[in-house]
Amino acid sequence: MKAFTVSKAVTALMLAGLVLLPLYSQLSGNIFILTLFTRVVILALAAASLNLMMGYGGMMSFGHAAYLGIGGYAVGMLAQEGIGSGFIQFPVALAASALYALVIGALSLRTRGVYFIMITLAFAQMAYYVASGLARYGGDDGLTVYKRSDFSGLINLGNRTQFYYLCLACLFGVVFLIWRIVNSRFGLVVQGLRSNEQRMQAIGFPAKRYQLVCFVISGMMCGLAGALLANNTDFISPAVMYWTRSGDLMVMVILGGMGTLFGPVMGAVVYLLLEEFLSQLTEYWALIMGPLLLLIVLFGRGGIMGLLGRLNRG
Amino acid sequence: MLLVVEQFLNGLQFGLLLFLLAAGLTLVFGIMDLVNLAHGSLYMMGAYFAATFAAWTGSFLLGSLLALGATLVLGIVLEMSALRHLYGRDHLDHVLATFGLILFFNEAVRLIWGPAGLALPLPAWLTVPVPILPGIHYPAYRLAIIVVALLVALLLYLGVMRTRIGMLIRAGASNREMIGALGINIKLLYTLVFGLGAALAGLAGLMQAPILTVQIGMGENILILAFVIIVIGGIGSIRGAFLAAIFVGMIDTLGRAFLPNLLRQVLSGAAASTAAPALSSMLIYLLMAIVLVVRPEGLFPANRR
Repeated sequence: MKAFTVSKAVTALMLAGLVLLPLYSQLSGNIFILTLFTRVVILALAAASLNLMMGYGGMMSFGHAAYLGIGGYAVGMLAQEGIGSGFIQFPVALAASALYALVIGALSLRTRGVYFIMITLAFAQMAYYVASGLARYGGDDGLTVYKRSDFSGLINLGNRTQFYYLCLACLFGVVFLIWRIVNSRFGLVVQGLRSNEQRMQAIGFPAKRYQLVCFVISGMMCGLAGALLANNTDFISPAVMYWTRSGDLMVMVILGGMGTLFGPVMGAVVYLLLEEFLSQLTEYWALIMGPLLLLIVLFGRGGIMGLLGRLNRG
Repeated sequence: MLLVVEQFLNGLQFGLLLFLLAAGLTLVFGIMDLVNLAHGSLYMMGAYFAATFAAWTGSFLLGSLLALGATLVLGIVLEMSALRHLYGRDHLDHVLATFGLILFFNEAVRLIWGPAGLALPLPAWLTVPVPILPGIHYPAYRLAIIVVALLVALLLYLGVMRTRIGMLIRAGASNREMIGALGINIKLLYTLVFGLGAALAGLAGLMQAPILTVQIGMGENILILAFVIIVIGGIGSIRGAFLAAIFVGMIDTLGRAFLPNLLRQVLSGAAASTAAPALSSMLIYLLMAIVLVVRPEGLFPANRR
């Protein structure tokens, strides 16, 4: 393994940029960029969690936005009921995501391939309709979170910079955790199942159980992103769970490079910045974004990370 | 009694409409092994074409026929320009590429027709209620949907099971390489099948258009129902899609109509009225979960080996 590669250098640059961003925002007085990047970091966290399943576990979940909604609604509903403490809200968000992932995972993992894609999609859509039916919590219109999670003086989520660093710390923590998981015995089994499930089962690994645990871990990580997202927008609505959001997350993972540690983070940064740039350029930004996706799929093997890797060899 | 018959027919009509959509999806998947998320966009385009052509020609029927042709052509162009390059690729690639196509279609529609929805007015002779049983009337247009969809289902069955092209389609579904080796122009066959699927989606869209408004994103919710149907019915199986579509259409419609009252008998009024909308929209997904637990391959898998 080479000590210096282009992809490592670009990754390091990106991470340094993310860490130093509040400083730039402060100096230039550009508050918008901090708000934008808080969103980027949160969705990068969600993309990283999806990557654990897709990239390493080989399970193509098309319903990951459901966890964004579940984590977000956990925060929003508790806040509505007068429980503002983050020490309760965040654990509940994680537990609710884990529970949902456990049930959905146990059902979905009975299938594979394209069935799995469709099943996870359909269940996420079910979660979407359930949220739309919650009349007490705003139904279709969504729920305003009047007070951000309260961590009793430890950290103030109302402060832009502090909130940004909390999100960034969560992202780094999750990426570190994924790195540890991927290189653990458990992670190796899950990756083995991706390459050849039959063979792994023949050696004696209970395939479904390993995959289910991976499914649940990934769901919890995304639930954390959901709890942060509700705090970021001060609002949660069923739209967060809409299936196009799941598609966005998938695109981020693929764009950055599936099965690479920092690829999804890079994918999220590039995708969301591109979206921002195009939407400033023209109101009809999706007219460009759509065919662009098609081209990336057709010609961009391995995403940005794959491209950087080829640069290195070339 | 009146309500039951009416809702029963509504369920049948919705189910048949879903079948038109699911049939195209399952054909394309069964034969080209292509997951086409943009199928819902073709449904939407069918409705937009119909609204536009009907306004131009001043005739609902003529507009519908033109729209059907336009969707067919659109499907063929789409297959030849973009989707053809996706055959043989990973399913994930299909999902992403066709997801990109959805973004494109939604935005293109917004650019061409504007963000507001369109209406497709019915001619007078289709709006009259028709007596179906003594004392029970049913809207003529909904009856027409049932008749047309049943006819199309029959034609599709005959076409696939009794004609030479249908034979090639079935052969292509079971062994792609072999029928290519036997000298069949497989590229042309694929384009044809995709066009057929697109036309079926367009037909569903244009028939649904007068009942709902024609709007952006109308194809997306119904596409997911079509997915549920082909998962329940077994991917690649037209018979499975037909039965599952009727089943899902019935359960969804009857659930929405009668579940609130049923719940009110068990729960208190307030609890029932909160739980009912959520529960009735969950019904078909619960059904899917049960089918998956019992038969993971769907009820009527296409390739029984």
